[in-house]
Amino acid sequence: MSAYESGHDALRSHTTAEEQLFGFWVFLMSDLVLFALLFAVYATMTSATAGGPGAKQVFGLGSVAIQTGVLLASSFTIGMATLAMTYGRSRGSLLLWLAVTLALGVLFLGLEVRDLMAMYAKGAPPTRSGFLSAFFVLVPTHGLHVTAGCVWIVTMIVQVLTFGRSGDVKTRILRLSLFWHFLDVVWVGIFTFVYLQGLA
Amino acid sequence: MNADYRRELQSYLAGLAIAAVLTVAAFGCVVWTDWPRPAVLWVTAALAATQVAVHLRYFLHLTWRRSNLDRLQLVAFTILLVVLMAGGTLWILGNLRERMM
Repeated sequence: MSAYESGHDALRSHTTAEEQLFGFWVFLMSDLVLFALLFAVYATMTSATAGGPGAKQVFGLGSVAIQTGVLLASSFTIGMATLAMTYGRSRGSLLLWLAVTLALGVLFLGLEVRDLMAMYAKGAPPTRSGFLSAFFVLVPTHGLHVTAGCVWIVTMIVQVLTFGRSGDVKTRILRLSLFWHFLDVVWVGIFTFVYLQGLA
Repeated sequence: MNADYRRELQSYLAGLAIAAVLTVAAFGCVVWTDWPRPAVLWVTAALAATQVAVHLRYFLHLTWRRSNLDRLQLVAFTILLVVLMAGGTLWILGNLRERMM
């Protein structure tokens, strides 16, 4: 292959990676519109408790604070994974940071599921009132996104182990990190507008 | 290469530190103060907006650089859509509730 051709190939693969990342931003922003509307529905429903329990009866700040810390830490660790990858650190350090992020994600989900089950036990299932229906749409939608993110991390760990750090695997991990950071941004909205303002 | 690595690492660490401070401030505002409710709502909302900006800047690398122009336009357009749709929902349904009272 001539120098011109290899240069041309490098240029093309560069543009493709940029385009892939931009395309993923478009997806993230459409997802943001989805969450924004779920927030709007929730906001219109906060007083629609139909005589059932309200925010102050069903939310506890302790678990939410831990979940917030765990998700923020995981946002940092996935950043470390992309740094380990971009700067050609050992494959082991990339896999380690991905595994730590996965562990934090699973811990977050475990805490959230425990809280939601506790709400059922306290007589606050989604069928109780409009407020609880809106809550059980908004928060578990975020939880499902985190679940999808965890599945994605497992997939990327397997791909790094089988394909190594090829160009495709690298851009996939970059998009995974965008997705994960985005979930933490949405969580900032949830812990502020649902939990903190619900208990204020 | 190594200087770039250190610079990016410092950027992530700075983002983590600022985000942690803003989060603690938001929780503290609810737990440790007895401010009136409207004050708490405004302060926590402002802290959340700031934290989102910090996440975008330090974790999602959305800066004002020219190479980011496409992404900035995309984000700005999305914010416009959100203001129209979410803001419109709140406006209309809030108005409806007042009339129903």
